[in-house]
Amino acid sequence: MFENLTSLEWLLWLILAGLLLFGLMAVNALAAVYAERKLSAFMQDRLGPMGQGAGFHAGKWGMLQTVADALKLILKEDIIPRAADRRLFIIAPYIIFIGAFIAIAALPFSEYIQVIDINLGIFYLLAVCSLGVVGLITAGWASDNKWSLYGALRSAAQIVSYEIPAALSIIVVVMLTSTLDLQGIIRSQEGVIWGILPNWIIFNNPFAFLAFFIYFISGVAETNRTPFDIPEAESELVAGFHTEYSGMRWAFFFLSEYANMFIVCGIATVAFLGGWQSPVPGFMDSGAWGLFWFFGKVLFLIFVMIWFRWTFPRLRVDQLMGVAWKVLLPLALLNIFGVGLWSLYIG
Amino acid sequence: MAEAAFWLVVAVTLVSAFIVVTSRNLFYSAISLLFTFFGVAGLYIFLWADFLAGVQVLIYIGGILILILFGIMLTHKITSVDIAHTSIQQGVGGIVVLFLFAALAWMIVRTPWLVAAAPEPQGTAGEIGKLLMTDYLLPFEVASVLLLGALLGAAVLSRKGN
Repeated sequence: MFENLTSLEWLLWLILAGLLLFGLMAVNALAAVYAERKLSAFMQDRLGPMGQGAGFHAGKWGMLQTVADALKLILKEDIIPRAADRRLFIIAPYIIFIGAFIAIAALPFSEYIQVIDINLGIFYLLAVCSLGVVGLITAGWASDNKWSLYGALRSAAQIVSYEIPAALSIIVVVMLTSTLDLQGIIRSQEGVIWGILPNWIIFNNPFAFLAFFIYFISGVAETNRTPFDIPEAESELVAGFHTEYSGMRWAFFFLSEYANMFIVCGIATVAFLGGWQSPVPGFMDSGAWGLFWFFGKVLFLIFVMIWFRWTFPRLRVDQLMGVAWKVLLPLALLNIFGVGLWSLYIG
Repeated sequence: MAEAAFWLVVAVTLVSAFIVVTSRNLFYSAISLLFTFFGVAGLYIFLWADFLAGVQVLIYIGGILILILFGIMLTHKITSVDIAHTSIQQGVGGIVVLFLFAALAWMIVRTPWLVAAAPEPQGTAGEIGKLLMTDYLLPFEVASVLLLGALLGAAVLSRKGN
């Protein structure tokens, strides 16, 4: 279908795909914020956002609350501090946003729906995730505010540290599937293993099981969420690297943060949980059901992240680095060794 | 279309590289370097070296550029935005640059460039892996020993204070 397109048609398809992805990111952020507020409320025995009066102001059960918040953000004044570096201040949110955007474009939503299918898939995803850090440091630096700077430094150190165990646990997946292509990784997780379990990488062997948790914990840390939210710890650093941002620029950070949650959960789904494959082979696994399973798994993992946030206390800076370098990294290295032995002698 | 994209990538690479060299603000140079690295990754893709392009982004942007930014942020005047870098010893530097330019130009002119349309390789990662594990195993292992040495050296240096 796409082989014989003229340049103009190709460009139009590209723009359409971009708009759809942007829509996905926006809807994802709106839904995730609503879920976050409601879930946190239920976990704390509150009601969360509710429609006031006749259930009209913010919709039934407060469902329009985040829409109202988004509208408010669009209308808010855009403030750039006088001491800030204007150009860097303006460019920083876009760098972070582009990093999230080009990563989400490579995720396989179903067997047939994927914007860019590259044979380096998972490697590409790991590579472009580092772009966000650059934007983050730029934002912290350009704000000319010490809270921002400390937030940016902490955040960059944290993301760079946790990238290593995350990448090492993805290597386990690549070893087991011997491909970097996302669709290839998903296809190799077809069928049944151990009699009843789906043949997902997480169930393949004990080391892969551990690798999933190492990846997911590192992923939570890479999105700067509690219990790893040192970079924007509101009780110490006001709001971390985005202290000085307001209005739409701040909304871009927000959008990217929730998109990053989606990406981390998406990678975990593709690499360990069979992507768009049904948990029961042959059951609801054709055509559009792929979309259902992919989004179902991703949304479940996002729910787990929200659950983390409202149940775990925040780690201290030294504990944070200790977890990455003294616990997760050795475990991830051991995992690679173990999976190698397993595939040689048992698998 | 592909040609337009190619020239766009070339333009981004060259313009941002120019800013890296000429900017008086160290942080601007570092951020321009981001676009230069991306441009070079784009050029690799046009050469069908997809794996190399990925490595370029992962190592140069995810590693080296962030290290540079860290370096800038940890320098003495941490809150002042305008850490300037100026040129000193312009005479000696000019001679070195001229020599480098001549050497590079000589290399470009002398290299027998491959002009025939090579078959488009489908994914280079597997081939690179095979070569690294067979023909180039020794350089690969030597590089890993070098990295291990650097790692240990960094640990020793950073412990000195305690």
